[in-house]
Parts: sequence; C-alpha cells; structure tokens
Amino acid sequence: MAIVRDFTFQGAEMLLVLLLSPLLTGFVRKVKARLLRRQGPPLLQPYRDLVRLMRKEVVLAEGASWLFRVIPYIVFAGTWVATSLVPTFGSGLLFSWSADLIAIIALLGSARFFLALAGLDVGTAFGGIGSSREVMIASLAEPAMLMIVFTLALIAGSTQLSTMAAYMVSSAVGLRVSLGLALLALIMVAIAENARIPVDNPATHLELTMVHEAMVLEYSGRHLALIDLSSELKLLLYISAIACLFVPWGIAPPDASPQMLALGVVSYLGKLVVGGTLLAVFETSIAKMRVFRVPAFLGAALMLGLLATLLLFVSRSL
Amino acid sequence: MIVVYTLYGVAALMTLAPIAVFFGGSARANGITYGASLIVSLTLCTMALLTLVGHASGSSVTLPFGLPWLGAHFRIDALSAFFLVVVNLGGATASLFAIGYGRHEDTPQRVLPFYPVYLAAMNLVVLAADAFSFLVSWEFMSLASWALVIAHHRDRENLRAGYVYLLMASFGTTALLLAFGLLAGSNGDYAFDAIRAAHPSAGLAALVLILALIGTGSKAGVVPLHAWLPLAHPAAPSQVSALMSGVMTKVAVYGFVRIVFDLLGTPAWWWSMPVLAAGGITAVMGVLYALMQHDLKRLLAYHTVENIGIIFIGLGLALAFKAYGMDVAAALALTAALFHVFNHSVFKSLLFFGAGAVLNATGERDMEHLGGLIHRMPQTAFVFLVGCVAISALPPLNGFVSEWLTFQAILLSPQIPSWGLKLLVPAVGALLALSAALAAACFVKAFGVSFLGRARTPQAAAAQETDRNSLAAMYFLAALCLVAGILPGIFIDGLAPVTNMLAGTSMPHQTGLQWLTIVPIAESRSSYNGLLVFLFVTLSGSIAAFAIHRLASDRLRRAPAWDCGYPDPSPATQYTASSFAQPIRRVYGTAVFRAREIGEMPPPGATTPARLTVELRDLIWDAAYAPIAGLIGFTAERLNVLQFLTIRRYLTLVFTALVLLLLVLAIWQ
Repeated sequence: MAIVRDFTFQGAEMLLVLLLSPLLTGFVRKVKARLLRRQGPPLLQPYRDLVRLMRKEVVLAEGASWLFRVIPYIVFAGTWVATSLVPTFGSGLLFSWSADLIAIIALLGSARFFLALAGLDVGTAFGGIGSSREVMIASLAEPAMLMIVFTLALIAGSTQLSTMAAYMVSSAVGLRVSLGLALLALIMVAIAENARIPVDNPATHLELTMVHEAMVLEYSGRHLALIDLSSELKLLLYISAIACLFVPWGIAPPDASPQMLALGVVSYLGKLVVGGTLLAVFETSIAKMRVFRVPAFLGAALMLGLLATLLLFVSRSL
Repeated sequence: MIVVYTLYGVAALMTLAPIAVFFGGSARANGITYGASLIVSLTLCTMALLTLVGHASGSSVTLPFGLPWLGAHFRIDALSAFFLVVVNLGGATASLFAIGYGRHEDTPQRVLPFYPVYLAAMNLVVLAADAFSFLVSWEFMSLASWALVIAHHRDRENLRAGYVYLLMASFGTTALLLAFGLLAGSNGDYAFDAIRAAHPSAGLAALVLILALIGTGSKAGVVPLHAWLPLAHPAAPSQVSALMSGVMTKVAVYGFVRIVFDLLGTPAWWWSMPVLAAGGITAVMGVLYALMQHDLKRLLAYHTVENIGIIFIGLGLALAFKAYGMDVAAALALTAALFHVFNHSVFKSLLFFGAGAVLNATGERDMEHLGGLIHRMPQTAFVFLVGCVAISALPPLNGFVSEWLTFQAILLSPQIPSWGLKLLVPAVGALLALSAALAAACFVKAFGVSFLGRARTPQAAAAQETDRNSLAAMYFLAALCLVAGILPGIFIDGLAPVTNMLAGTSMPHQTGLQWLTIVPIAESRSSYNGLLVFLFVTLSGSIAAFAIHRLASDRLRRAPAWDCGYPDPSPATQYTASSFAQPIRRVYGTAVFRAREIGEMPPPGATTPARLTVELRDLIWDAAYAPIAGLIGFTAERLNVLQFLTIRRYLTLVFTALVLLLLVLAIWQ
C-alpha cells in the first residue's frame, strides 16, 4: 500500500508542476500588466498559447540537424524531472533521493547546455549571440548557485532537498547571517536563470539585448511549445525551491494526513501567489541592464554565496 | 605471478618496436602493430582488472637489471592495478582507433616503432617498485612520447613543441630524481619497501612533497608547469594525443599518489594546502585557456589541464582529511579523485579520437574552418557529443558523478580544525564550481562551432564519415561514459581496495543499495542515482514526444532560416569560435589574459575591409618562462667565449677549477 501511495504522490507532484507552471507565468504577466495599468492577457493565456503552438506545424530551418529536433524534448524532460524533484506541497517524494540539490542544478545545466547548442545549430547570427551570452551568464550563475547550495548544505548537514526543508522548518535553524546572504544570492541567481528583468527580458523580440529569446529564435510549433513550457517549469522550480528552503512552513511531512496535505497544497499555492507578485513588482520597478553589467550583478551573487560559505566554515553558528 | 605475466606483456610490446622498424614501410605494418598492441593491452587490462576486483594481494618480482646491488623491483598492488587498468584501457582503445586512423599516416615509420614502446613504458612506470626502475621507465615514457610528438617534424610548430616538451620533461625528472634521492637517504636504499619503512623527518618530507608536486605536476600539467602540454599533446598523431592527455597525465598522477600517499608516510596538515591551491588554480586557468582557443586539439589539451586540477583538488582534500585522521572523508575524497582519473581518461580519449576523425576527414584542426560536420559525419558527431556532455560534468554521464563526489568531500571539510584550510577549502570549492560551469561553456563552443551550423570551408562541406574501427573505439568509450555515469556504484566499489590501501578505509559498499543509488556517507546527507535520473529523463522525453506526435501535430515543413528576417547565405555570418568566446573573454579575459580588442574601421568611402584584432597575453609565460629563457640565453651567450680560448688559458682554467674545488672540500671537512 505504501508504495502505491508513494507513487501516487510522486505522480501527483509531476502533474501538478506541469499543470501549474503556465498558470504561474500567466499570473506574473497579469500582475505586471495590472501594475502598468493595462488589462493584460487572461490568466489562462499561456495554456492557450501552448495548445495553439502544439497544433501548428513545425517550420524547420533548412540546415537544421537531427539534434535540433531532439533538443526540445531533452530540455523539456530535464527541466520537468528537475522540477518534480523539488518538494512543493509535501516533502515525501518517492524519488527525492535519486537526485540531491547539486544534481538538480546540474540537470538544469544539462538542459541549458543543449539549448545553447540548439542556438548554434542552424548557423544564424542571432542564435550565436543568444548562445554565447547564455553560457556567459551561466558561467557565473552556476557557481553562485553551487555556493548557495554549499551554504545551505553546511547548515542543514545534507544536500537532499527534503532533508533540508525538514531541517529549515525545525527550530534548530534560527536567524543566521549566512542564510540571509544565501537568500539574497539565490534571488539574484533565480532572476538571471529565468531570464527576467533586469538580466534579460522575457517579453522582447527583435532586440539586440535579448539572450534567451535569441537562442530559441528558430524554433516553431511543438518544439517552441516545449521550450516555452520548460522555461515556465524553470520559473516554478526556482520559486518552489526558494519557498521550500526559506519559507518551508506548511509543507506536509512524508506520512501526512489528508488534512495536512490539503494544508500543504493551500500554503504552496499561497507561496506561489506571493512569489509571483513579488517578481512582478520587482520587474516593473527596475530597468533592464546592459548585457555587460550582468557579470557584475552575478559576480555579486557569487561573492555573497562565497561569503556565506566562508562564514559557515569559520563558525557553525553564523 | 600476475606481475610476471604483466611483464611478459610489456616485453611483447617492446618486441613490437623492432618489428615495426623493419616492416614499417609495408602496407600491413599498420594493422599488425596496432592490432598486436590492441591484443596485448586488452590482456593486460583484463589481468589488472582481475587483480583489482579479486583483491589479490600484491605480487612482486625482482629482476637482475638496473643498479647492481638493487636489481629491478616490480610489483602490483591495488594502486598500480587500478592505474594499469586506466593505462591499458586507454592503450587498447587508442590501438583500435589507430587501426583505421593510422592508415592515413604519411610517415608511418616515425610513429609505429615508438607507439608500442610508449605503451610499454607507461606500464613499466606503474609497475616499478624501486626508485631506479621508476625513473628509468619515467624517462623512457617521456622520450618515447617526445619522439611521437615530433613525428610530423616538418611542421616548425611541432618542432618547437617537442623542444619545450623535452626541456620540461627533463626538468620534471630532475625534480623527481631529487625527491627520490632525499627519500632514499645517503645509503641508497632505493627499493620502495625500504623507503616506506624509513620515516623521513618533517623538513625532509616537506621538501620531498614540493619536489614531487613539481616533478609529477610538470608531467600532469599543473599550472604554472603546464606550458608544454598544450603545445605537445596536439602535435602528436591523434591516437597518441589521446594517450598523452588521457593516460600519461594519469601516470603522472599515479607518481604523485605513490610518493605522497604511499611512500612519504603520515601527512602533516599543511601538505594539503599547496596541493589544493595548485589544483584550484589549475582547474580555472586550464578551462579559461581552453575557452580562448580555436584549435580543436589544443582546446582539448588545455582542458586536460583543467581536469588535472580537479583531480588534484580531490587529492588535496584527501591529504587534509588523512592528516586529521578523518579516514572516511579521506576515502571519499580519494575515491572522487581516482574516479575522475578513470572518467577523464575515458572521455578525453574519446574527444581526441573525435578530433582525430575530424582532422582526417577535413585536414583541419582550426574550428574556424569547420562547421556543419553533424550532417557529414553523424556518428562521429554523436559520440563527440556524448564526450562533451560527460566532460562538462552534466548528469547522467560519468563526469558529473566524480565532480559530485568531490563536492560532497568539500562539504565534509568544515570539520577540519586548521584555520588555513578553513579559509582555503571554500575558495577552492568556488574555483571548482566556476571551472565546472566554464567547462560547459567551453564544450558548447567546441561542439557547436565544429559540428553544428553551416560548413565554413569546402573541406568541411566535403567531409566523409570516419572508418569502422575508429567508430568502434569511440562508441565503446561513449558507452563506458554512460555506464560509469548511471552505475557509478560498481566503479566506486572497484576503487575500494585502493582507498583501503591508501586511506585505511573505503567508502561504504555501494552496489547492494536499493536501485543502485550511491550514498557517500549517509542517505539523509546525500545520495545520487544516475540510473533513475537517466530513466526519468528518457521516459519523460519519450512520453512527451509520443503524446505530442499522437495528440497534437507531427507535421513538419522545411523552410529557409528565419533569423529575424535577415538571413544571410554566407556561412561567414555565423558565430565563430572567437566570437562565441567574446562575452566570456570580456568578463574574465581582461584580468587573466590582458585581452584587448582593437577595431580598425576604414574611413568613410575607403574600400579596405574593417578589421578586429584580439590580443591575448599569456601572463604565466611572460612572468615565469620568458625571463628564465632570457636568462639562460644571456648566460649561454656570455659563456660562449669559453669555446674559443688558447690552450694556455684552458690549462689555467682547469687548474683554477681544481684548486677551488679542493679548497671547497677542505673547508667542508
């Protein structure tokens, strides 16, 4: 019985993140539009976009290789698996031990690796500009993220997300300087990783400053739908990870009763609403920066992460 | 007994050399030499594997060569068995690759005789159990590889590479000679057993450590002693490049492990500091250098430097843990380092084979002249891609597992009491993270520019897929990358005898765990299951593909590239290797390489083309090598006068020298 329950739980988690992620993106867009005093697209617009794209034919560039056609599936699968390993409403995920936080980061790294290759596959200038900038941003964001993982792992004594969440909700944590630094760094990395303002603009096209959109410019139809869904999943992943590590209250423990699970779902949705709103407010209140200001931004995140780790090496209580 | 059979194998490889000398000109020589090398290497590899897995206790033999009072000692223990596996696996795949690849060699007589000798010498280094045989084999290995580096000696660059290599190799051997001299003491007890039994004083041990780091580090490519490596490794024929990068650097790592972990006794806490610092700097500098290259083989060679850094980080951590008696942590760090030794030898050989196949098909090593090869050489492209993913430390392949283990070892290090290490280890961790991220960027560039996009030259457009033997070698290594990535427990358990020998304990038994997960310390701490990650990703990708094709749409239409409405038919408008690296060069290069971009715009109306020149300076070469070379040149110039003296002056010179030496001796006594 237990194994059936665990499988259902894991399956529910996978479906939940898949179904919620377009809604989250729609929600952020809506709040942004409202903040700009626009009506904004309806909340369900991302679903409609996905369905429309899926039904369309793929217009494949001449000279695109087999790799170009496989990459959307690899990127989607990698991102989906990574997202479904992050505890959302409950921490009793069946397969949570199959990949710890470092492996989740690395899975996202694999997805990015292939996406950057896709940018180079057709052999256009826009694809190249996107890929080269993406790897530049990643070369700083990934180490920063790893330093954050180090900080959290040293505090919680584990790199398993579920163990970390359980530790964070216990009273042993307390207020720590290193946690504050790590949270700040994590938010900076999350903004960069999800191609949000001020690092990149998710709503732009035909602009020399774009990064992510330039890389996927040649994709269309179902391929584009998968890439879009992957970036929506990634946004959900980062908000879930921040929620599970820094505001872990309400997450249902592994052997939770139905009431606690319901509470977990409600509190998770609440966290997503708060996270999405904060993101939208942040994005509307700041201008996009020049591409070569990004290294300074991410370098700061890396330094914050390193500082937090150093503090923990110096004293376990900081 | 096993050591005797191994020596027979080595002797068989040696006898191949004269055969190749006599018959090198004939058409069959290629197949016979490489085929025989393949068979012998496979046999040796199997024997070493059986020794390692069968926990066979060390067997040794003493042969009546070498120093008259010593003889030549050879011995196989767990450590040498593991490295024998690495060496002979590399040797076997390189031979298989070369059966096809070597056919295109212009001057086979310059390659064939040295190739088996080189393999034999690497085996001998690992087998040697006394300082004399070790050094002789080491030098033998250096010279054989040097001969292979200058095989294509008509290229001036290769000659220079050979020259720098020879200098650095003799420098490294000198350091090792001194290290062993200090270890053996004044009574000349050069057998490893005698050295192990003697306990050197703290100061002496420190000196030996530094000398060993210099001696083996110069062969392995530790920054700043790496200068020869990116010149020499690409200059050799590709199967030899693969051996030099994938295997010989590992033999150097073996030398370091043998001296520092085995012969030198219990480490002091500070020993780890130079090793960790060298490892961290080597990792980041190696990958930054690699990113700036547009020669495919040189990029790979620089990337070897990075991986050596990662291995030395693992070894440094192991030393630190061992010094404080944290045996479990030491075993973890050592396993991480040795697993990376194995992994790197696999994927670096694979990548060099791929580069060799490209070189054969197009005659080009310069990535700016390649492009679009995935259409012409789909199989090579596929296996090269596997190698790129593996070396970039991305799951579910093997590079990720060993780096993950290294990270886990770093996370255990706050328990180390010393303050110096408390500050150094997080910094090294950050450098390791940085190098991992930059490695991915580097291989996006390597694969993307060479294999994707449109062909930049007619040669690239007319490339042909490589032959079946070469493909078989590459497919085998690619499969090994996957197997070691998804079933790492087997490999970690295989390393247990080595860590038992060097750290006194081993990581917990892995293969019995549920779903073949690996758990370094405890499940609540960290675990990773490559198999499940691989299955999940494959399954969800296939389900998505199936569902979309079935339920939504599977129509497809080919059309010109969109490119925001401005597609240009010329392949020159694609991103090149140097333009791809431009953002990274701008972020890191200005500080590390003093990178400068000089744009020359012609005045309005002029018909001359605009130019962009990129200047990079190798600060390490400028700061360390150039002054030494200048000093030697200057001294040699001055001393040149001595060659043109009269007989009277020579006699005076000799007499003065004699008197001076006697005086020194008199004062000394």
